[in-house]
Amino acid sequence: MTGQATGRATTRAHPGRPGRLTRNLSAKIASIPMMLTAVVVFLGGTLWTVLYSFTSSKLLPRLKFVGLDQYERLWAAPRWLVSIENLAIYGIFSLIFSMVIGFVLAALMDQKIRFENTFRTIFLYPFALSFIVTGLVWQWLLNPEHGVQSVVRAMGWAGFSFDPLYNSSIVIYGILIAALWQGTGLVMCLMLAGLRGIDEDIWKASRVDGIPMWKTYLFVVIPMMRPVFVTTLVIIASGIVRVYDLVVAQTSGGPGIASEVPAKYVYDYMFQAQNLGQGFAASTMMLITVAIIIVPWAYLEFSGGRKRV
Amino acid sequence: MTSVSVKDLRLSFGQVTVLDQLNLDIQEGEFLVLLGSSGCGKSTLLNCIAGLLDITDGQIFINGRNVTWDEPKDRGIGMVFQSYALYPQMTVEKNLSFGLKVAKMPQGEIDKRVARAAEILQIAPLLKRKPSELSGGQRQRVAIGRALVRDVDVFLFDEPLSNLDAKLRSELRVEIKRLHQSLKNTMIYVTHDQIEALTLADRIAIMKGGVIQQLADPNTIYNAPDNMFVAGFIGSPSMNFLKGEIAAGADGKPVFAADGVTFSLHGYRAGEALAPGRKVVLGVRPEHVAVDEAAAGGELHEAVVDIEEPMGADNLLWLKHAGHTMAVRTAGSRRFNPGTKVRLTFDMTLASLFDAATEERI
Amino acid sequence: MSDRGQLKKTAHLSEVPAAWEAGPRGAKPRRLVSTRTIVVYGTLFVAAAYYLLPLYVMIVTSLKGMPEIRVGNIFSPPLEITFEPWVKAWSSACTGLNCDGLSRGFWNSVMITVPSTIISIAVASINGYALSNWRFKGADIFFTILIVGAFIPYQVMLYPIVIVLREIGLYGSLSGLVIVHTIFGMPILTLLFRNYFAGLPEELFKAARVDGAGFWGIYFKIMVPMSLPIFVVAMILQVTGIWNDFLFGVVFTRPEYYPMTVQLNNIVNSVQGVKEYNVNMAATILTGAVPLLVYFVSGRLFVRGIAAGAVKG
Repeated sequence: MTGQATGRATTRAHPGRPGRLTRNLSAKIASIPMMLTAVVVFLGGTLWTVLYSFTSSKLLPRLKFVGLDQYERLWAAPRWLVSIENLAIYGIFSLIFSMVIGFVLAALMDQKIRFENTFRTIFLYPFALSFIVTGLVWQWLLNPEHGVQSVVRAMGWAGFSFDPLYNSSIVIYGILIAALWQGTGLVMCLMLAGLRGIDEDIWKASRVDGIPMWKTYLFVVIPMMRPVFVTTLVIIASGIVRVYDLVVAQTSGGPGIASEVPAKYVYDYMFQAQNLGQGFAASTMMLITVAIIIVPWAYLEFSGGRKRV
Repeated sequence: MTSVSVKDLRLSFGQVTVLDQLNLDIQEGEFLVLLGSSGCGKSTLLNCIAGLLDITDGQIFINGRNVTWDEPKDRGIGMVFQSYALYPQMTVEKNLSFGLKVAKMPQGEIDKRVARAAEILQIAPLLKRKPSELSGGQRQRVAIGRALVRDVDVFLFDEPLSNLDAKLRSELRVEIKRLHQSLKNTMIYVTHDQIEALTLADRIAIMKGGVIQQLADPNTIYNAPDNMFVAGFIGSPSMNFLKGEIAAGADGKPVFAADGVTFSLHGYRAGEALAPGRKVVLGVRPEHVAVDEAAAGGELHEAVVDIEEPMGADNLLWLKHAGHTMAVRTAGSRRFNPGTKVRLTFDMTLASLFDAATEERI
Repeated sequence: MSDRGQLKKTAHLSEVPAAWEAGPRGAKPRRLVSTRTIVVYGTLFVAAAYYLLPLYVMIVTSLKGMPEIRVGNIFSPPLEITFEPWVKAWSSACTGLNCDGLSRGFWNSVMITVPSTIISIAVASINGYALSNWRFKGADIFFTILIVGAFIPYQVMLYPIVIVLREIGLYGSLSGLVIVHTIFGMPILTLLFRNYFAGLPEELFKAARVDGAGFWGIYFKIMVPMSLPIFVVAMILQVTGIWNDFLFGVVFTRPEYYPMTVQLNNIVNSVQGVKEYNVNMAATILTGAVPLLVYFVSGRLFVRGIAAGAVKG
């Protein structure tokens, strides 16, 4: 016993023991890019933008504070209000539809079907394409003179009207269709993985109990998949806030300003209109939107989650 | 009366036939255990009886009714799964009542049944909890309760204790046995654990490769196995197998000869004549060999202790006897040093003799 | 023991009344095509058609001449197949600035994607390795910032990066864009590698340390060779992600270095001249071809990549 204690004491007093800083030195050196990215870009960059959103910066960033002026101007700008309205409509509908379509497709794929891999390949390939490609394809498909509208009219339904890209009141739905085409495959894949994670015995038990399949989905399986739904929701939601390229490609924000979105507002004010302060304020609003989505989720996932289990 | 009857059952998936020409009758109130290692078809058979798998050919009868084409819910069965398969978002009470509600049973009747099941299984205080707040044993009881409320005649258990630790497993084993004694339902129980099988079963069906190797009460399975697979599967440590042949003894009676020694077969009741020269395998369980002073009377053999494995209550000896090694179980109180010479007698009334080619009991 | 012979055979069906024999037997008869099958496959086929339609329209449009497009319908197959739109899209389609077609953007994208993919994976795999095997005090703080940062809209960080790049003289250059891609690829890739390395048996790492291998020795001799699948997954993720990028390309490069997506958008949405839909669609397919090829070749690994990236990110 004494020998052991002495041994430990010697170790503590060992003169050659590496100092705090030099321990794991290689690992620390190797992690410098990560530290710089985390601290300088992610933390520093974000704080910098938030700070400068309170200044009157125009062509160049200037530390001339004007309080909430930029925000007041922002929330008075019709273009920003349209952007926010569009984001809300686009966001709500794309959440609902991608969840519903994604889940239904996943549930169908989970019925021990044949050609599962073929179907998966088909549903997911748009996700490999860029938003620019997606936007341009759907711009063409929704072209009123040549696209779907003209085809339906040519089939004898002369009064048919579907020209979202040229109709400012429904243009955002045209973008929604393209976005759903691009993104539902991913949701389907996530949901399918969730369904495959459900214990096979649960299905057997519900059959023995005589519970119809749809009731099993509704009352047993979907509640069990809550974590998958939450994760999917967060992924879709943070994608929604970022939506930019799709709009640029499909409508360039038009007709007029009817399909503007916040991310485009930021870009245009920062890099085109030379009005940095507006860009900073708008991007800070985007940050707040994301925080509203992420913070409750992170709280549930990482603090409340542990208690629940 | 027959409770469950499986007749000429065949199950194939495409080209692969999993079960073929399988027949099985289970009596009312009987506790039948389907025993075998994984992939032997025992769970598959249970799923066929439950109606969770569509059979390819044959018929299944439950309580005098041909249920071959019936949905699981209409077969009069309740099932308990290895992973419990409780609905995790529902309270224990809802878990028990969900199936009855879907079947549109009046609420009063549902309450009565849930209360009765909760009383039998002693889970009344847990009714408002969710499965995640229960221990493994409690979850298991709820799973049984879900079968119980359905007021069925036949209970199917699919490895219900496999997910539990050893201590809990032995506790729940006793509880299941008690439950069977009080309910007197027919129970079909799938397991790979021979202790569970031996302790619970009225009869055991040992399966291998989709075929029932032997169907008998635990005592018969243990002491008079039908073939070498059953003999080797049951018992730990395994039965000693000695390869040899039948020879003519001095008194004209057949004896077993192996590695230059002969064993009198006095007391062994062979089902058929033992012709000298027939290649056979003698199977003797470690506890059916008596050592030294216990070995008084009967034919004596000499052996040398190779390894001694004290196990507390027992003492397992690995002996060198003639040209082979065998395991012998002795009382834990008696110790042996390696190299010690010991005398043995074999209890031939409890030994088994198998044909070397067919591996069937003679 | 005495009843052994009696129990030996399992079949004793004497108790089953003869009348039962006539009852249902074997598999439950099903209609060849049940309603359920029709609903399941019907829905799947309709959905598949919806997903495939745009690809089909892209292809047929790109193979038609302009006169045919003007009179015909977008779904009808080309009466006369022409590859002229493809040639024009590749070599002579005009943006507002030049008339080099997509080829310039293609080569720019290659020059952006290749180094960005290599560098971002190298950096992130070393990060992940350090985080899972050589944890040092404070490492988790940086990692948490990194992961939270993955959710911050890019727009918030764009301008500060512009300033930094301008200060070090890389703003507008290809190397500047490579750095940006490395930075924004870091959260997901680091997470991907960290989780993968953490899943490798720890004994291996310990054994290598006992054998005297150091930080880099273990990384190159043990970790990298054991982790090829995850490197492939990361590569798929990065190649498609960087190739498909638009925002960083347009913000951080000068027009002569614009990647293919930016070039494509400028060609199709250029306001000058008559709209040549066939050329536009050929250009669109050409731009989508690289990620599509990666997708079809990689198959399940792609799914794994997006699942890993998406679920954790």
